[in-house]
Formats: sequence, structure tokens, C-alpha cells
Amino acid sequence: MRVTVDQPKCVASGQCVMLAPEVFDQDDDGIVDLLTAAPAPEHHDGVRESAAVCPAAAIHLADR
Amino acid sequence: MTDTHTDTTVELPHHPSPRAAGCPFDPPPALHALQIDKPLTRVRIWDGSSPWLVTRYDHVRTLLGDPRVSAEATRPGFPHRSAGQQASNRARRTFLNMDDPEHARIRRMVTAPFAVKRVEALRPSIQKIIDDLIDQMLAGPKPVDLVQAFALPVPSLVICELLGVPYEDHDLFQRNTKVIVKRDSTPEEVLAATTVLADYLEDLLAAKQVRPEEDLLSELVTKRVATGEMTLRDAAHMSVLLLGAGHETTANMIALGTLALLENPDQLALLRTADDPKVVAGAVEELLRYLNVTHSGRRRVAREDIEIGGEVIRAGEGIIFANEIANRDPEAFAGNPDELDLTRDARRHVAFGYGVHQCLGQPLARVELQAVYSTLYRRIPTLALATGIDQLEFKHDGFVYGVYELPVTW
Ligand code: HEM
Ligand code: SF4
Repeated sequence: MRVTVDQPKCVASGQCVMLAPEVFDQDDDGIVDLLTAAPAPEHHDGVRESAAVCPAAAIHLADR
Repeated sequence: MTDTHTDTTVELPHHPSPRAAGCPFDPPPALHALQIDKPLTRVRIWDGSSPWLVTRYDHVRTLLGDPRVSAEATRPGFPHRSAGQQASNRARRTFLNMDDPEHARIRRMVTAPFAVKRVEALRPSIQKIIDDLIDQMLAGPKPVDLVQAFALPVPSLVICELLGVPYEDHDLFQRNTKVIVKRDSTPEEVLAATTVLADYLEDLLAAKQVRPEEDLLSELVTKRVATGEMTLRDAAHMSVLLLGAGHETTANMIALGTLALLENPDQLALLRTADDPKVVAGAVEELLRYLNVTHSGRRRVAREDIEIGGEVIRAGEGIIFANEIANRDPEAFAGNPDELDLTRDARRHVAFGYGVHQCLGQPLARVELQAVYSTLYRRIPTLALATGIDQLEFKHDGFVYGVYELPVTW
């Protein structure tokens, strides 16, 4: 799984940080920070859920 | 030329429609029927106009996430909630009613304190607020109105601390907020209440210009007003939004949530005995989904023609999103979505809205509700309604749904 985030679109909802804190963080302004683009398999579910709930559609996933 | 906004010859369903008697937690039956038969339909609202009503979950998410759908309340065709709201939308503009890129620019000025980790750090002080209020309640007479004694003070104390607003003034802002969120307040009443609040916050901001403290309002004046990014008056309007947005919503979630749990004792038992914070967090999401207290709908207007579900929403036509029924959409939620099931995976609910306007305060609201629901029923295990549920007065006329009073005993 490859993860990319679109920071200009992020609205700082914090949902991804709650669902997959190992993969997503927020910067000083609350905007998403990607901790790893290739998360470990045990975090895939949280990442998928994050992409599904992200209100700004700012999280993109690719299988690889 | 026919103007669909003022065409009163067509029989359209009136919106909002009433809830069914005896089903205080369920959205109006008419919304259920529309979701099945006519998920995208025109409705008639208070001013005679006929905006679209969106009832299906996937349509709600698609449209609220579409940049062609505008939150700009000054655009013609915007479906205001009432005459009072129309007046206040005209009198003050906040990022709630702006589109990107302006919305993003201003929202980002205040996102920092609502970041998950910053809010997590507040958990101990939020817990203390809750524990102290419960101590006071237990030491006082019973029955007691849970709304006044607990549900309203919790979010009020929390947001006051975060913004740096003296809680001693809560009478002033709770009284005026009440006027603003009532559907039948007149434009004059709403404008007067808005002005009182904006003046009050402007004075407070001005004082913080001179003596800044460690709070959000001080940050606003020192970082945004001082640099000329924002006028003091705009900062005051934004502070009114921040102070008000978390009040009624969270308070109603606490009181109505408690009532829903008392009416579903098996679910209450589950919550009372839960040791895993994940179970409590899941319960909060389910209660948000099930109760969807912001029942007056997300309001928008199309800025371009939009094709969806075999219909065309024309530029300039208003759109109302009935998230309370979208949250009951069987296509989106497994099992019986009309049942309160705290073990359900409800995380995809739209109770905080969807799209770029999705609730800014959601991490804070979640921590408050998690702390409340995991504390109140444990500390008062015999908590019970002190009156019949049929005696309660529900906020049918409010922009946020709930109960006016919740007499409880133990
Ligand atoms: C359970 C409690 C809450 C509920 C159910 C709730 C619900 C909502 C909803 C549905 C929206 C979307 C508005 C729209 O799309 O038109 C929203 C936006 C907003 N909420 Fe909340 N809210 C809650 C608590 C809070 C708290 C504690 C704050 C703290 C200040 C807050 C601040 C805001 C702000 C500032 C917006 C506007 C965001 C924007 O337009 O970008 N809310 N809320
Ligand atoms: S879920 Fe989306 S909008 Fe929210 S913080 Fe993460 S990337 Fe940003």
C-alpha cells in the first residue's frame, strides 16, 4: 500500500490521526503530516478507514 | 419564464416535517419515505422558496464534497433556516458561510488548538470539570435538571477555558445563544442577540490586545489582528461562532444521549461496564449517528449546474442536506440503522457534516462526550428519569435538537 496526502486540501478534521496515529499526524496548524508512505500491514485497515472518512478527500491510496 | 423559487402553484412537501409522536429519537417519517421514493426532491420552506432536499447518504457525501456546492449565505437562492437566520447571515460573515479558498484561509487560522493531540492534552482538565459538576450534583437536592446542572456547563466551561472567556459571564452568552438557535426568533431578536455577543467578545479581544494570555482569543489578536490579516470586528464575529458552535450541540448530545441510554437500558449497561476506551469511543460515534442533533440540515446553494442521481440541480438553486436521515440510510449502515447499537461501526456517520466545512471542533466534542459517557453513569449508577418521557419538552423548534429540561434523580 502507498499513501499520499494532499495537504492543501486538508481541513484539519483530525479523523486520520484518530484512526491511524502510526501513519498520520498533524503539524502545528493541525494540517495532516504523513509519517510513512508505506504503512505496515497491521495499519492498513486504519488507513483505509481514514481515506474513507476524510471529509476533504485528501488521502489517496494505491496498491503496491 | 418560470422562476422555480417563487412558483407556489406546485404542491411540494413542506420542510421541515414533524417527527412522529412517541418517537423522539427518530427523524420525521416523511424523510424516511423520501429517502426511499424520491431521494432528491424539491421541498417548500418557510419563505415559499423550493430548494432541493437530499436524504441519501451517498448523495449527501458526494454533494457536500463538491466545490460547486456553495455555503455562501449571501448568494441568491441560499435556503435560510428562518427569517432570523437570514438576517444574521447578512449581518455577519464567518468562515461557516464562506467557500474555499477564503474559507480555508480563515479556518486555518484557528485549526491549531483543535488538533487531536492538543485536545488529548486537555483530557485531564475536561475530566476534572465533569467530576466536579457530578460532585456538586450529588451534594445538591434531587430531582435536578440535568441540562442546567451538567449538560450545558460541561461544554461551556471547556470552550471558555480554551478561548479564554470568563465563565462567570455564561448567563450573557447562553441567553443570547438561545435566541439565535430558535427557529421562531424574529430577525430583530436575532440581530440584537448577535450584536450583544459580538460587542462582548470585541471588548474581551481588545482587553487581550493589551494583556495577552495563553488562550485562543489572545492568539487571534496577537497573530491575526495585529498583523492586519483580520479586523477586530471580524475576530469578534469569529469568536461568536467558536463560542456558540460547541455549546448547544454538545449540550444536547449529553442530555438527549442520556435520555436515549436511559430508554435503552441494555445499551446503558454496556457503556457502564466498558473498560476499553475503544468501546466508549465507538459508543460516542453511534450516539452521534443515531441522534444527529443538528437536525435543521446543512444548507447550501449550487453555483453551477450539477447532475446527480438522474436529476439536475441548476446553478442558483438551494440545497438542504437532511443528515439525520442520511445517518439512518440502510445502504450505508449495516443491520437496522433505526436501532441504537453501541457496538456498531458508525464511524462514517455525517453528524459532523462532510466536506470542507466538517466540524472544526470534532476532536474536542469527541473527548468531551467520551469523558461524559464513561463517567456519568458509573458515578451515578442509579441515574433515572424523574418524570415520564411523555412529559418532556423536545426542541422541535430549535436548530439543534434535544430536550429543554431533563429532570433526573438517583
Ligand atoms: C457534538 C457536538 C457537535 C456537533 C454535533 C457539531 C456539528 C457540526 C456540523 C454538522 C458542522 C457542519 C456545518 C456545515 O456543514 O454547514 C459543524 C461545523 C462547525 N463546528 Fe461543530 N459540532 C459539535 C461541536 C463543536 C465544538 C465543540 C466546536 C468548538 C468550537 C465546534 C465548532 C464548529 C465550527 C467552527 C464549525 C464550522 C466549520 C467550517 O465551516 O469550516 N463544533 N459542527
Ligand atoms: S482526515 Fe483528511 S481532512 Fe482530516 S486531518 Fe486527515 S487528511 Fe486532513
